[in-house]
Amino acid sequence: MNLTKTLKYNLIVTLFIPMVVLILGIYHGLLQTLYRAGIISSTSFFGLEYYQGLTIHGVVNALVLTTFFAVAFGNYIMAFYMKKSPNGTWVTVSTLLMVVGTLLAAFAMLEGSSSVLYTFYPPMKAAPLFYIGATLLVVGSWIPFFVWLKMYSDWKKENPGVKLPLAVLGNLANFIIWFICTLPLAYEVLVLLLPWSLGWVEGINIPLSRTLFWFFGHALVYFWLLPSYIAFYTILPKIAGGKLYSENAGKLVFLLFILFSIPVGTHHQFSEPAIREGVKFFHSILTYGVAIPSFITAFTIAASLEYAAKKRGSKGLFSWMSNQPYFDSKNYLFAYFISGLILFFFGGLSGLVNASYSLNNVVHNTAWIPGHFHMTVAGPVFLSILGLSLYILTKVMGKEVKFPALNQMVPYLWVMGVLIFSTGLMWGGLIGEPRRTNMGTSYLNPDSPFFNPSWVPTTALAVIGGILMTISALAYFVVFFGSVFGKKVNESEVYLPVSESYHKEKYSPYLENLKPWVVAMIALIMIAYIPAIQDTLKYSGADAPPFKPDNPIPLELYQQPKDLNKE
Amino acid sequence: MDKFEKLVIGFSLAMMAVFVFFILLAAGTKDISVADCLPYDARYLEPGVIELNDSTFQIKYVASMWQFEPNEVAIPVGSEVDMYLTSKDVVHGFQIHEKNINLMAVYGSVTKATTRFTEPGVYKIICHEYCGTGHQMMAAEIVVYED
Repeated sequence: MNLTKTLKYNLIVTLFIPMVVLILGIYHGLLQTLYRAGIISSTSFFGLEYYQGLTIHGVVNALVLTTFFAVAFGNYIMAFYMKKSPNGTWVTVSTLLMVVGTLLAAFAMLEGSSSVLYTFYPPMKAAPLFYIGATLLVVGSWIPFFVWLKMYSDWKKENPGVKLPLAVLGNLANFIIWFICTLPLAYEVLVLLLPWSLGWVEGINIPLSRTLFWFFGHALVYFWLLPSYIAFYTILPKIAGGKLYSENAGKLVFLLFILFSIPVGTHHQFSEPAIREGVKFFHSILTYGVAIPSFITAFTIAASLEYAAKKRGSKGLFSWMSNQPYFDSKNYLFAYFISGLILFFFGGLSGLVNASYSLNNVVHNTAWIPGHFHMTVAGPVFLSILGLSLYILTKVMGKEVKFPALNQMVPYLWVMGVLIFSTGLMWGGLIGEPRRTNMGTSYLNPDSPFFNPSWVPTTALAVIGGILMTISALAYFVVFFGSVFGKKVNESEVYLPVSESYHKEKYSPYLENLKPWVVAMIALIMIAYIPAIQDTLKYSGADAPPFKPDNPIPLELYQQPKDLNKE
Repeated sequence: MDKFEKLVIGFSLAMMAVFVFFILLAAGTKDISVADCLPYDARYLEPGVIELNDSTFQIKYVASMWQFEPNEVAIPVGSEVDMYLTSKDVVHGFQIHEKNINLMAVYGSVTKATTRFTEPGVYKIICHEYCGTGHQMMAAEIVVYED
């Protein structure tokens, strides 16, 4: 099919802009490993402060890149499967909001007024622009969801009794989760933080704000992940030369994510006051529930790849693993996807440790945590985004992929880098190394009384991994920008490989209708979160005034003397 | 979905059930649990060490940018210690790696962990939550001495 011009330009903008800001995100990723190992023993480097850079690294890589991609990929999926471009006006409004939001937040971070990290835990205060920017980014990403819902209901009327394409179901599931999980975040930012940041309100309830954040914060990771899952189910079996083992299993997986993605958030708060142990334990059990769809996925995808290899003549138990198109540069998406899946094997299992209630005491807030999530969000999520952004942009713009050999190397080099990097971080975490800490000036500085020699090998491994990851990312930028700025050689088109189903499966109304799942989701959220919110109200005392990250005195108190001097 | 798919779903469910069973076992038989949740009381904002008897102590820790109070506490080996924690300003972390003590100090709320120090030595308490520009310098010590 042909895209409308408006949708085409929107796709180009939403896929291109995050890659430009990603340069900054990757740059400070590398720098952090150098700071932490003590190679840079300073609070800042080239005018960028450590925690300022860490804020940028988190916001750009985990919020901007992922949100832009989910929206762009969603629009592309809907256009391809529904054979109709989503409403151009609304898509343009969404793009504008997201771009303006990103620019405002980027300005606030670069100016140095908002080094609060991407979790922006109050009572540490960022500039109002930072909160406004983040809000516009999120609100912008809501708009296409409503456009797609309209397309979905029209499609259902025109196609009664027809199975919903798996990619469309996955996309809608993802944005149902996203819309619902960002509502409390919007409340936190607009009702609690913004008036407080502007000085209109004196104090806010910190345990409440943290609980609202983590209502959003863990569902966020599934919002990152589900676009990759859509690709693993609907694209990967096809490009591996096979079929999807079970389409209904794929549908069940996305529906289970609707159910379990949100009511698990307090497993990020096991170490915190103001939430009772029973509530935390309940969320821990539900977190195991959300691991189930990932186990199903591991089996279904592996079975699909095995089928592909057996079709090519592989025999025995294991030979299907080597008989895959790992080095076919025309088929580069396979390399990106399989690399992501290799990382996700370790990322998923280490995540089960974090979810494990009491076991979390060993790893909470240590370097283990970034070690874990660099094998999830910087694993399947990041690699799918890189591969698919290149794929979709070259299709939509009618370009060809430049430097195919270099492109083929990107995911494998990235996997090696992340495996070394995460080994260093996770090992460090198990021997007490903290995350989010500029250790080069203290724990990794031999002249400091804080020096801890046992973290020398762990941070050194992270540097080696970080360098490999950076080389891989640079290679990707060469391929990406080389291809995008190359000559137009083809007609622009909307195309995705589509995996057929291996089994002929019956139409199951439970797997085709989203409504009952959304009702169950809301009920489960109520059961899990009403006690948590009640606890934060009951067990918290005083409300907190705002603090700047560089001053222990509350903002209002140290600003007063200045005003007096003026008089 | 064929029988293999169903088998895998059943197996995953069973595995998760085993995990949950062991968490309950650890909580029930070895008292391994997560941070306690206490009602807020402003008196926890005064740091201090309370010696209940020769081998039982309560330490009230107050985290602020960028220190723990009390900064150094000496106790005899074999002591059981209740550690209470709150914050005077932003969110801080509180980790004693050797004892798997892992708490968050949050403004306007109080948490608690209990542990027994059976080995003599110097135990470092490290702030492991970003708390501003001096975060990497925020640490304290518990010295466990032999009688």
